[in-house]
Amino acid sequence: MDQYQVKRILKSTATHAFLLSVALTCLFPIFWMVRSALMTNETVFIDKSLIPASLQFGNFYTAWLEGNFGVYFLNSVLYTTAVVIGIVLISSLAAYSFSRLQFPGKNIFFYMFVAAMMIPLPGSFVPLYVLMNNLHLVNTRFGYILCMINVGLSLSILLLKTFFDKMPQDLENAARIDGCSKLGLWWHVALPLARPAIAVIVIFNSLNVWNEYILATLLLNDKSLMPLQRGLMVFQGAHSVDYPLLMAGLTIAAAPILLVYLFMQKHIIKGLSSGAVITLDKRTKYF
Amino acid sequence: MSAITSKIFNAAYAKDKFENFLFIVPAVLIFSIFYIYPFFDIFNLSLHEWNGIDLSREFVGLQNFQELIHDKVWWMSLWHAAFITIIALTLQNALAFALALACDREIRMKRFYMVVFFIPPVLSEVVVGLIWQWILNAGMQNGEHIGLLNYWLAKSGLPQLVHNWLSDPATALPCIAIVHSWKGFGWGFIMLLAGLRIIDRELYEAAKVDGAGSLSIFKNVTLPMMVPVIFVVVVLTILGSMQVFVLILSMVGHGLVYHTEVPVTRILVSMSETNRFGYACAQGVTFGVILVMVSVVLKQISNRMKQE
Repeated sequence: MDQYQVKRILKSTATHAFLLSVALTCLFPIFWMVRSALMTNETVFIDKSLIPASLQFGNFYTAWLEGNFGVYFLNSVLYTTAVVIGIVLISSLAAYSFSRLQFPGKNIFFYMFVAAMMIPLPGSFVPLYVLMNNLHLVNTRFGYILCMINVGLSLSILLLKTFFDKMPQDLENAARIDGCSKLGLWWHVALPLARPAIAVIVIFNSLNVWNEYILATLLLNDKSLMPLQRGLMVFQGAHSVDYPLLMAGLTIAAAPILLVYLFMQKHIIKGLSSGAVITLDKRTKYF
Repeated sequence: MSAITSKIFNAAYAKDKFENFLFIVPAVLIFSIFYIYPFFDIFNLSLHEWNGIDLSREFVGLQNFQELIHDKVWWMSLWHAAFITIIALTLQNALAFALALACDREIRMKRFYMVVFFIPPVLSEVVVGLIWQWILNAGMQNGEHIGLLNYWLAKSGLPQLVHNWLSDPATALPCIAIVHSWKGFGWGFIMLLAGLRIIDRELYEAAKVDGAGSLSIFKNVTLPMMVPVIFVVVVLTILGSMQVFVLILSMVGHGLVYHTEVPVTRILVSMSETNRFGYACAQGVTFGVILVMVSVVLKQISNRMKQE
């Protein structure tokens, strides 16, 4: 082995040591959460071994039924599904029109959506709550779903319009000659072709809705309507000392996201970073 | 005859345009009701004194803003957010950049690292906050530390470092800032790595042929090429960190009054605890204006850098 090789091996060892240690700090807290969820209230404060002597799966059962996490979980699934479907339909309709069709005032409407993404308004949940109260939509699933659709709308329209603008129009022209209506062109031609962009929108918004906390807190007071994030905080307030049960609840809230992420990591990493880049690209472009 | 055809044509034309417009109606409707109306209403409400329940609101002009200028807790909360942002800008982004540089070459397990570094960003702030609150717990039971960090410190011969991490005002905010950075560095990593990959490899080769060392290559090739991406990451970090609050609620709740408050938690307190909706809106407007000003300044800086 010459000097150059030794140097290279040393360098690669140091790089991996650095990367591995950071990776470990990412994984360990999640491991600790699952581990603590598998203990009882008596052993969790005493036994700090990495793999405890006896594993209890009963906490998941208790959290799901008595901790109300079954209800929270189903609510989260319902909200995420409804909001994402709503966003995909509404934003793709609008983006298709912005990209392909002509009507007066088109640019004004488009820039309205762009502007919404550039102006941070951190306290907007106050007037939103007042509005929802006046509309009697507080404590309704419908009201929360509408609000969350609005949250994801601007970015999704921008992403899809950017995609439609680049998409070749040959297929649409052919379909139009065959007598396809505008709505038919959107549904049968544009939407299937835009699948990669729609995947990004689905990923971005699913994560956003599943992890949303503040609107769920302000708008939903009824336990039967709460999604997981809100339920977790309620549960923590009521059982702050029952850590194994709380950790079981956290695991229930985190597991679906982690599983979906691990199975689709390639698309998710690509989708989330392209979503973030486009947000910022537009932010800097239109200032 | 031609008048009739043009009329028919015009009617068809108008119908066509109207149909095109119909495509955006659902989006515009939802957006107008749930974004534009609250957007203007926040300015309106900020000029009123209102408890959120009464039918009548008292118009007080700029009184809420005048009060806010003298609100010490408010300015302290802004400083707390700035502190978290400074930690995120330095610690989090330096770590992200170092990791991205390490991954921007042929190394084994690159995919594994990418996937793992992006796990904290996909978790919710509530989950992250509650896990870390459990690890940093400072309680004792039967002479043993409940929280893992204190337990390890005590066991590894560093009992003097055992601490009330989240209930001591001196350490609570730094702990929050570090957990926030832990949750966020994956974003910076992914975006910086994407930026590094775009850099033309031939630039590196050319620099090497010219006899440049790796530090010199980093300074003269990598860094200048990365300015736009770094700018993007910096803006995202600032806007994200200034508005952090769910993490704080899940880590310390409202337990450490005044020591871990940030602007958004102040707005929440004004709204749901002291029932002063007008004041909450004045806080929201002020904070929004500050954030817009920060982004404008950053934009100016990046423009100047581009010109050079």
